[in-house]
Amino acid sequence: MATKASRAAARAMISPSVILLLGWMLIPLLMTIYFSTLRYNLLMPGNNPFVGWENYTYFVTDPAFATAIWNTLLLVGGVLLITVVGGILLALLLDMPMWGQGVVRIMVIAPFFVMPTVSALVWKNMFFNPVNGLFGHIAKALGLTPFDFLSQAPLASIIGIVSWQWLPFATLILLTALQSLDSEQLEAAEMDGADPVNRFVFIMLPHLARAITVVILIQTIFLLSIFAEIFVTTSGGPGDASTNLTYLIYQESLLSFDVGTGSAGGVIAIILANIVAIFLMRMIGKNLDA
Amino acid sequence: MARAVTPRRKMLNTAVAWIIGLLIFFPILWIVILSFKTEGDAIRTPLGVLTSGWTFDSYSVVQERSDYFHHFWNSVILSVGSTVLGLVIAVPSAWAMAFVPGKQTKNVLMWMLSTKMLPPVGVLMPIYLICQSLGLLDTRIALTLILMMINLPIIIWMLYTYFREIPGDILEAARMDGAALKEEVLFVLLPMAVPGIASTLLLNIILAWNEAFWTLNLTAANSAPLTAFIASYSSPEGLFYAKLSAASTMAIAPILIMGWFSQKQLVRGLTFGAVK
Repeated sequence: MATKASRAAARAMISPSVILLLGWMLIPLLMTIYFSTLRYNLLMPGNNPFVGWENYTYFVTDPAFATAIWNTLLLVGGVLLITVVGGILLALLLDMPMWGQGVVRIMVIAPFFVMPTVSALVWKNMFFNPVNGLFGHIAKALGLTPFDFLSQAPLASIIGIVSWQWLPFATLILLTALQSLDSEQLEAAEMDGADPVNRFVFIMLPHLARAITVVILIQTIFLLSIFAEIFVTTSGGPGDASTNLTYLIYQESLLSFDVGTGSAGGVIAIILANIVAIFLMRMIGKNLDA
Repeated sequence: MARAVTPRRKMLNTAVAWIIGLLIFFPILWIVILSFKTEGDAIRTPLGVLTSGWTFDSYSVVQERSDYFHHFWNSVILSVGSTVLGLVIAVPSAWAMAFVPGKQTKNVLMWMLSTKMLPPVGVLMPIYLICQSLGLLDTRIALTLILMMINLPIIIWMLYTYFREIPGDILEAARMDGAALKEEVLFVLLPMAVPGIASTLLLNIILAWNEAFWTLNLTAANSAPLTAFIASYSSPEGLFYAKLSAASTMAIAPILIMGWFSQKQLVRGLTFGAVK
């Protein structure tokens, strides 16, 4: 159907996006890699000499780096665990016959549309605050000492906030996948005497496998870059107890103005994200053929 | 998957689902309630909060003290501007890839997607320095362009998956009836493409409205959208619960409403068509 002329027209139509994205990807990327090999600090103007791997060794051997990597893994892993398990349970619940399903669905999805700075500040002040927060009030009413969430358990608290934001996403996608399941299959299994647990493990779970993988991969991409929630709640503290890799690089870059070290950290973050991205791309690529 | 169940079972489902739904929704409900209280009442015990009087004061104070609508307007310009600009660039591309697919189409699409995988912090320094040297720090134009670029892959992908569902046969039929290319596009394809374009517009406005990495790092008083403005409440203003609640309620209300309308598109848009 496509003629030579229409091919040329198509190429002309595609090229603006390709050129823009190519520039957006390559220019900053090359600059980051270049900066990462320089001794370059905005607070110390000089001639920015080439230092090879020095920024990388400095960044990686800093004890804060190991902490940040560990925190990043805990944050991503914790949120994934909560949202995937919670999302499956919620999707199963929402898929059952009930009154007011649409309204419940709307309530469950709502947190996803709340901007990160609002959800983080609301949890920080209205819930976690030991003096005036809701959890503090409840603890006092029960005769307990209020728990200072963000200074006693900063990372766990942030995991809680981020899970609240991402649970709707997991639920919505798993619910969509669940609803595409052929109900005859389930009825047949029921007639053959499969109990609910068996029906879930042998029919629903395999059907959901693909959606679960997609949820995990997409969330991981976003969760590796969690920033605003940490920025407005703990600023990475106390100490570096809630500093993830993104926040550490931000500190090097825009708080210390150490362009070299910040860029070296940036390159490391890009490599880490790409490891996840490769798996995600394969999944989506397969779908494109179908 | 509606299966017949006993009324008692349905009642139980309903009760459990509503309780869990209300718990998840509660933080949002709570800030809406607090936004109609005085500062003194907002920090009382939950029972005290609910039994105290209602007032609109916080809303007017937020506007007076901090020029709230300046930031609200920034959010509107950034999210709508970046999305519309993105659509202008993306519609022809997605159109061409969907209707005149070549050998490289799949690779191009996958490559476009891969640019979305780049963590923003990885290019924080170059973008910051580029903006600084061009005098674009804390300007709406820089952020509009950046938000457009980070959402462009999603826009192209969403449009592509929608356009691909438009049956090609309909073109043949129009051609048989003697339609010229211009008429073909205008009267046959465009009406079928509008719903997809609208969904893409909606979802990407939401994403841009809530973007909180670049908006926090590249703005100050002048071009700060609501994400960055609300962040300024982190301390010590955060102690003013009623004002924080009023500012937050206004910041999330429009997006919440748009979001509820775009539930389905959300799945498609954010999974790049992998789950429909």
